[in-house]
Amino acid sequence: MPNPTRIEVNCSTGEVQEIELTAEEIQQREDNRIAFEAAKAEEATAAALKAEAKAGLLARLGITAEEAELLLA
Amino acid sequence: MATTFTLISSVSVGAGGAADITFSSIPSTYTDLVLCLTGRFSSGAGFSLISLNGSSANFSNRILEGNGSAASSFVNGSTNYAGALDGSGDTANTFSNTQYYIPNYAGSTNKSISFEAVMENNGTTAYIDAGALLWSNTAAITSIKLATHTAANYAQYSTAYLYGVKNA
Repeated sequence: MPNPTRIEVNCSTGEVQEIELTAEEIQQREDNRIAFEAAKAEEATAAALKAEAKAGLLARLGITAEEAELLLA
Repeated sequence: MATTFTLISSVSVGAGGAADITFSSIPSTYTDLVLCLTGRFSSGAGFSLISLNGSSANFSNRILEGNGSAASSFVNGSTNYAGALDGSGDTANTFSNTQYYIPNYAGSTNKSISFEAVMENNGTTAYIDAGALLWSNTAAITSIKLATHTAANYAQYSTAYLYGVKNA
């Protein structure tokens, strides 16, 4: 299977090249993908914890989310 | 006000997709540059990263972002963040639009980039980014690279157009 390619345009000559990525470039992209997915998973966990804490607080206060928005407006 | 707005070069991504798009040997004869990207990721979701003269170092940013239900202002940890793009989970055959404005690109001061990136998606989540980037490097810009953030490619039919603007 061929490596992914990148496109380079020489603005002075107009030449357009499709160039295969090097092994290092491919590895860097894979490392980026892993880091990105880890960051998204972390964000999702934090959002879920926040939502849980918010629901718990509203329950203790005995008010709805809409009523809370009125208080904060 | 610009006196001329000239197409320097353009790219249209073919069937194999492209990991990144580079405009090299940019002439120094204009005042500012405008780069227009219409793009979509071949898989997943993510964003573009910009490099200048082959460097992704010495960038700083401030992003204002709306996601369809909330707006936020933040510094993106990927300091050369260059805007969100549609991906495979978004409405099919639909592309994002991003415009980058780079003033005084051939000058001898640090370089600023402002951009607006708009995802198009028939769903509850779609991002609009307004971004301010600073490249703390006084070299004239001779090449610009837009790369996908992950292992995804820019999908077929993604395009990039580089324009030169003369203000006098």
